[in-house]
Amino acid sequence: MPVTTPAVAPASSRATASHPPGDTPGGASSPARRAVRRRRRIAALFLFPALLLLGALVAYPIVFSVIRSMYDASGDSFVGADNYTAMFQDPATLRAIRNSAIWVVFAPALLTGLGLVLAVLTEKIRWKTAFKLLMFMPMAISFLAAGIIFRLAYEQDPQRGVLNAVTVGIHDSTQGKSTSFPTAKVRLGDKQLAKGHDGSYRTAHRTGPGNTVNLGLVGVAPKDMPSQARPAAPAAQSRAADGELRGVVYLDFTPGGGGTPGTVDRGERGLPALSVEAVDSHGKVVATATTAPDGSYRLAHLTPGSYAVQLPAKDFAPPYEGISWLGPALITPAIIGAYMWIWTGFALVLIGAGLSSMPRDVLEAARMDGANEWQVFRRITVPLLGPVLGVVFVTMVINVMKVFDLVYIIAPGPVQQDANVLALQMWLVSFGGGNNQGLGSALGVLLLLLVVPAMALNIRRFRRSQS
Amino acid sequence: MTTAQGTAAPRRRAAARPAKWLSRGVIQVFLLVVGLIWLTPAAGLFLSSLRTEEANASSGWWTALTTPGQLSLDNYTSLLKDSGIVQAFWNTVLISVPTTLAVVAIAALAGYAFAWMDFPGRDWIFLVVVAMLVVPVQIGLLPVAKLFGALGLFGSIPGVVLFHTAYGLPFAIFLLRNYFAEIPKEMLEAARMDGGGEWRIFSQLVLPLGRPAIASLAIFQFLWVWNDMLVALLFADNESQPLTVALQSQMRQFGSNIGVLAPGAFLSLIVPLIVFFVFQRHFVQGIMAGSVK
Repeated sequence: MPVTTPAVAPASSRATASHPPGDTPGGASSPARRAVRRRRRIAALFLFPALLLLGALVAYPIVFSVIRSMYDASGDSFVGADNYTAMFQDPATLRAIRNSAIWVVFAPALLTGLGLVLAVLTEKIRWKTAFKLLMFMPMAISFLAAGIIFRLAYEQDPQRGVLNAVTVGIHDSTQGKSTSFPTAKVRLGDKQLAKGHDGSYRTAHRTGPGNTVNLGLVGVAPKDMPSQARPAAPAAQSRAADGELRGVVYLDFTPGGGGTPGTVDRGERGLPALSVEAVDSHGKVVATATTAPDGSYRLAHLTPGSYAVQLPAKDFAPPYEGISWLGPALITPAIIGAYMWIWTGFALVLIGAGLSSMPRDVLEAARMDGANEWQVFRRITVPLLGPVLGVVFVTMVINVMKVFDLVYIIAPGPVQQDANVLALQMWLVSFGGGNNQGLGSALGVLLLLLVVPAMALNIRRFRRSQS
Repeated sequence: MTTAQGTAAPRRRAAARPAKWLSRGVIQVFLLVVGLIWLTPAAGLFLSSLRTEEANASSGWWTALTTPGQLSLDNYTSLLKDSGIVQAFWNTVLISVPTTLAVVAIAALAGYAFAWMDFPGRDWIFLVVVAMLVVPVQIGLLPVAKLFGALGLFGSIPGVVLFHTAYGLPFAIFLLRNYFAEIPKEMLEAARMDGGGEWRIFSQLVLPLGRPAIASLAIFQFLWVWNDMLVALLFADNESQPLTVALQSQMRQFGSNIGVLAPGAFLSLIVPLIVFFVFQRHFVQGIMAGSVK
């Protein structure tokens, strides 16, 4: 068994019932000896169910897996270490190993850090019990439920996934939400507007200030027309004053038929909230305006000269759709995010318990000596919390190496390979269609080997606590 | 010297008071935002579970905050009419409750033996149990599947229970042995002097004294098994599968199955949440004892 147990001191560390006298080969059937034998028989009875289950379902499988990992897929021929070398050549397994490494490097550190920050801040508020309870709640639910929760939160469509709803909201409020008409274009054979390389449209002829320029577009389906759009005809008649260009941007299509192409007919509606730019003879944008519900715009403060009127590319760009959280590039960070949602409460509560058992007077003394909060945190809190932080970190490393359910649930089928981790790959290879039990066993053994340091640490800690 | 310090310190504190007040406000707002972020994804699933398929397809769940009229229990009533889901719910109960009882019973016996009985190799065997604390369940999947196949247990609830029990034991024995070892030696010796047999001491003295640890263990074990998916995915067949496995099979068409998945997820997490809120203290203690200490 691959247990890194150092030779255990034979002497029992805790003196319970000491070895009874007369336990020597000489005293054949002394009552004391019979009592010892009886006591051992009782001990064996108390231990039997536990040792039977542990032996048959934990210890035996370890031995079995080690042996099985040295045979091929079908289990017929001995292949030695081939499965272990194949592991580092198979691209899917390599990617799983790489992703597991990403998990181990980032998740425990992020969790411990976030738990520490939150624990220190939580100390300063009155509703800390409620806050800890809220943060701890995800610990109680299954990875499956958490996976479903986050699969929904990460949905690409900003109408469904809350993360992209927020992302798009922030994007639109900082970059300016430009209503755009991705399908709009000029009528075939239209001479007034010319399309630029970047997808913008510009008037082919330049005009001076004081003129009215009406721009007609087609190709916007009725369902895509914003409800605020108003008939453009009235505004199309208005005259421009000196130093300005006026006009309407309208949909050159009369519902129900009729109408003349190129003119603003009754019933034709303006295209609202579009950007309109005035471009001078050097190609520089000198004025911008946004169309009103009736499609009207007014480019003001123009010096005499000739200008082209331009509808910039963003008027025709498809709307910003947010971030592809579940795409191949971001899938692992996205799942780590869901994992942090579950485990941050654990780090917070454990570190919080460490904080509350810390000597208050040391912190107070430091504050009295003029140390600011950051210095207290860096120089006193963190060093004193060292052991607790270590416990949280090591626990997380062990847990992260075995992560399976969350990846299996959150990653959609097509990107499962991009999110693959060791425990999942072990499952896929052994049972999920791979059906290579040799390689699967080798991956199981690798998982076990990875937690051996933690095993040794546990044993050392335990033995130290007993002495 | 001392007087100078005595006057300087209060002045500094007085100057720092508005700053402190401000920073406390900032902290409050920050933690409030963090709390909201933590609440939002779960609230999203909950509200989605109360909306119709069409509503979920056409708009975000947050629209229900302003138009609560779209909320209904229809998804839940149709879910509870789905015999497969109801069966899976009972399977979850039939797996978690026996496992919890078995783990507590077996680990209490072994924990007492490791703590208070004297037999050769005791410390060495216990160290092996400590080493088993971190053995990943993955290593057991394939060999135990073969073993259960030979015994006719594969695909049945007893098989799932046995596997969970075995992998729950190292932690359970570790926890209970350490707790039992804290019982004052004099109490046990007095009981032995009175002629109490080991079984009597165990059931009349050790078990009642160990109740806090046993409660933590039982809660922790119950939640662990209730929430498991991996073990049941392999060891349970269609008739014996728990809720997690039944729901997992619907994930393939996530977009169109949200009307089943959202209420199903809530059905599966309502029991753990109740356990969590009722036994908060034991739960936290169990988790803390479970971390590598």
